Amino acid sequence: MFDTLTTRLERLGSSLRSRGRLSDADLDEALAEVRAALLEADVELSVVRSFLEAVRERVAGSSLNQSLTPGQYVIKAVHEQLIEVLGGTTLKITYASRPPTVVLLAGLQGAGKTTAAAKLAQWFKQQGRQPLLVGADLQRPAAVEQLRVLGAQIGVDVVSGSGTPVEVARRGVDEAVRLGRDVVVIDTAGRLAIDEALMREVREISAATAPHYTFLVIDAVTGQDAVATARAFHEALALSGVIATKLDYDARGGAVLSARGVVGRPVVFASTGEKLQDFDLFHPDRMASRILGMGDALSLIEQAERTMDAAVVAESAGRLMSGTFTLDDFLAQLNQVRRMGSLGGLMRLMPGVTKEMRAAAANVDDGELNRVEAIIRSMTPRERRDPSVIDGSRRSRIARGSGTTVNAVNQLLRQFGEMRKMMRQMGNGTAPVMPGGRGRPVPTPRQTGSGAEVPAGFEALAAGMRARGSRGPAKGKKKGGRVTPPKQR
Amino acid sequence: MIAIIAIIVALIVVGALAVVVARRRQHRVPPPLAAPPMPEVLVSEPVPRPVLEDAVAPSLRQRLGSSRGVFDRVRALGTRGALSDDVLDVVEEVLLRSDVGVTTTDAIVAQLRTQGAPEGVATALRDILRGSLDRARDVRDQADEGRVAVWLFVGVNGVGKTTTIGKLATRLTAQGRSVVLAAGDTFRAAAADQLALWGERAGADVVRATEGADPGSVIHDALGRAASRGADILLADTAGRRANSTNLLDELRKVRRVADREPGEVVETFLVLDATTGQNALNQAREFLAAAAVTGIVLTKLDGTARGGIVIAIERELEIPVKFVGVGEGAHDLVPFDPDGFVDSLLEA
Ligand SMILES: Nc1nc2c(ncn2[C@@H]2O[C@H](COP(=O)(O)OP(=O)(O)OP(=O)(O)O)[C@@H](O)[C@H]2O)c(=O)[nH]1
Ligand SMILES: [Mg+2]
Repeated sequence: MFDTLTTRLERLGSSLRSRGRLSDADLDEALAEVRAALLEADVELSVVRSFLEAVRERVAGSSLNQSLTPGQYVIKAVHEQLIEVLGGTTLKITYASRPPTVVLLAGLQGAGKTTAAAKLAQWFKQQGRQPLLVGADLQRPAAVEQLRVLGAQIGVDVVSGSGTPVEVARRGVDEAVRLGRDVVVIDTAGRLAIDEALMREVREISAATAPHYTFLVIDAVTGQDAVATARAFHEALALSGVIATKLDYDARGGAVLSARGVVGRPVVFASTGEKLQDFDLFHPDRMASRILGMGDALSLIEQAERTMDAAVVAESAGRLMSGTFTLDDFLAQLNQVRRMGSLGGLMRLMPGVTKEMRAAAANVDDGELNRVEAIIRSMTPRERRDPSVIDGSRRSRIARGSGTTVNAVNQLLRQFGEMRKMMRQMGNGTAPVMPGGRGRPVPTPRQTGSGAEVPAGFEALAAGMRARGSRGPAKGKKKGGRVTPPKQR
Repeated sequence: MIAIIAIIVALIVVGALAVVVARRRQHRVPPPLAAPPMPEVLVSEPVPRPVLEDAVAPSLRQRLGSSRGVFDRVRALGTRGALSDDVLDVVEEVLLRSDVGVTTTDAIVAQLRTQGAPEGVATALRDILRGSLDRARDVRDQADEGRVAVWLFVGVNGVGKTTTIGKLATRLTAQGRSVVLAAGDTFRAAAADQLALWGERAGADVVRATEGADPGSVIHDALGRAASRGADILLADTAGRRANSTNLLDELRKVRRVADREPGEVVETFLVLDATTGQNALNQAREFLAAAAVTGIVLTKLDGTARGGIVIAIERELEIPVKFVGVGEGAHDLVPFDPDGFVDSLLEA
């Protein structure tokens, strides 16, 4: 498959390094790569054009920094520009002083409105509100039924009924007043932006319910059409913001950038999976990293922070680097990692990871991890500390004890040995330094065994974060539901 | 088990990173004041920024200065023989805007450049595109003697699988075929209800199970029903699934195996693609082809403004023919794919 933009620019960077400064020709070459990557990510052509102009200005307007290669320099500018476009304006959700606060969802067929409606209602519920869902999609067979099932799952009432969608929506709001609900989320039928009758209908729904917030629900895998769609919906409804869905697909999600660029309204929420809890506030920096193909290290770190036991991790990470890591440590780590979620999901967020490795991770299921755990648990404490004492007879004992095969035990031991060696080499070379610090980035082992290789994403990420000040990845982190917006210059 | 250890090490490193970051933050940042229990503000402090809105280039049509299609415009450029960069730029823009994708667009532009355009660039471009779509598109609807023909529908979430089944069922029953529908999407809420409503409209039998049931067993039951009633074709719905999950694709593999077992015989596996989808559609096609041996594509939502140009890339690279296109939400809004018409619509951008 194609390289990520980050790797391409890094490569470009090394060929330019010796020259020390970025000539116009170098910049053109780099911007051509950026253009291809943005188009590959489905960013709309005119949005790409204005984006490249902005990057050019950004690069021209600042002096070259000694510590960055020209390639990294461009990555940094691109990353900053992405964050500016994706995150510049932010939305303030306040609740109506005379409830209910009405939220209207609109979008194309199949964008994921119904699921998003339920997720949004759940989000409001988590904020301590009492939402009501209104099923005004009377077009698609069983859409209301789908909403009812989802509503039951999250414990939110769903109202719908007969009549036109406009009548149903209006009645829904009345019903919320009667029931004393303070938020109403209205799901509407999917419609094409060029379908005049249906666009008129959604405008009528809007007029009848006077929504405080109108969100366009847009599928992250949308192509060039994202702009036409976003513009048409914005003209019809004066959108307050965008909800991006299907961000769990293996797509760069340039449509989000396109829609954001055209509508000029913020992306507020992101939906990242089929499950109802896969929904959160949108993080521009993470989307920027995705488009750049840098992985989503920030989400990963945040997830780690949320779920991992800091003391356990710190202790064995230290031993890992010094090469004195034991199978006990490994077991402890395994359990930490499992608390974070599925390996496949985590690897998707990891920068600098090869496609093969991602695929391998996606294939690791719980059963497999259980087997690994069983094997280690079948060892004596001494064996876990020093696997070199494990001879043939011990191996078959372990295999029997764990209900696996000698082959599996061998494989585990061999990999463990290789990993230890690899980590020791790494530990000797570089002490891990955090992005945001001055030093070198954290090395991430690669499957190929060229363990000391530094993933390009991290370096660029580190550069990006340095540029944005020393706050590091704490930025934009949720604290009790409150979000600090990314500051712009 | 090969990659587990490397993966875990990678994750440990991240974990360690998180810890250190957290520590540093503790050093630097004073502890946050008690967070208010209920945020009145979701995201605050609007920051003014230059809006891209104004910077967006005029539409292609405006750029070309007429309401005529690019086709005409390109023709008006009057180029014969060698092609100027200007002309090739217009061609590139047309293709990119139709979601044909960078790689395929570059290949086509390069081909135009070397080949020239003795009959004019419009004709040359049309020929190349038409050439990319040059393959058989017949649809198999008969199984071997004594077997039930099965059409299996696969694709990502929300592309139009269930609707397409409803439309095709309508078409088949109108031709006098006896059709059974299998509600193999046991995952999404009310998916079976949706299919059942379509079955009612089309006059087709629907076999369904409870939500969360094994999709394979639904298809198995449906095959049994079809065989015992002497029905001649079974249309099997499946749950929408992302194409980057091996587990979900494995599940699909299993479903396909069940559908292909006596008395069933899978004669077509349709990948349903949404015309509004961009470059990810190529990934979808690649993954579903590998997992479910896709034999044809149904391109839906061509009634919108999206052109679905990515199928050019898919046909060139993966050689999966588009067989039907969806042009609306009604029972009759499905037509066989017409390559000539499709190429024209791409060029009329
Ligand atoms: N305009 C238009 N809408 C379509 C077309 N085909 C399907 N749709 C609509 O797209 C939406 C999604 O269609 P479904 O048939 O539910 O899609 P699906 O692939 O079965 O979705 P999941 O089961 O949720 O994965 C519905 O609102 C359909 O009415 C089409 O050709 N044109
Ligand atoms: Mg369906």
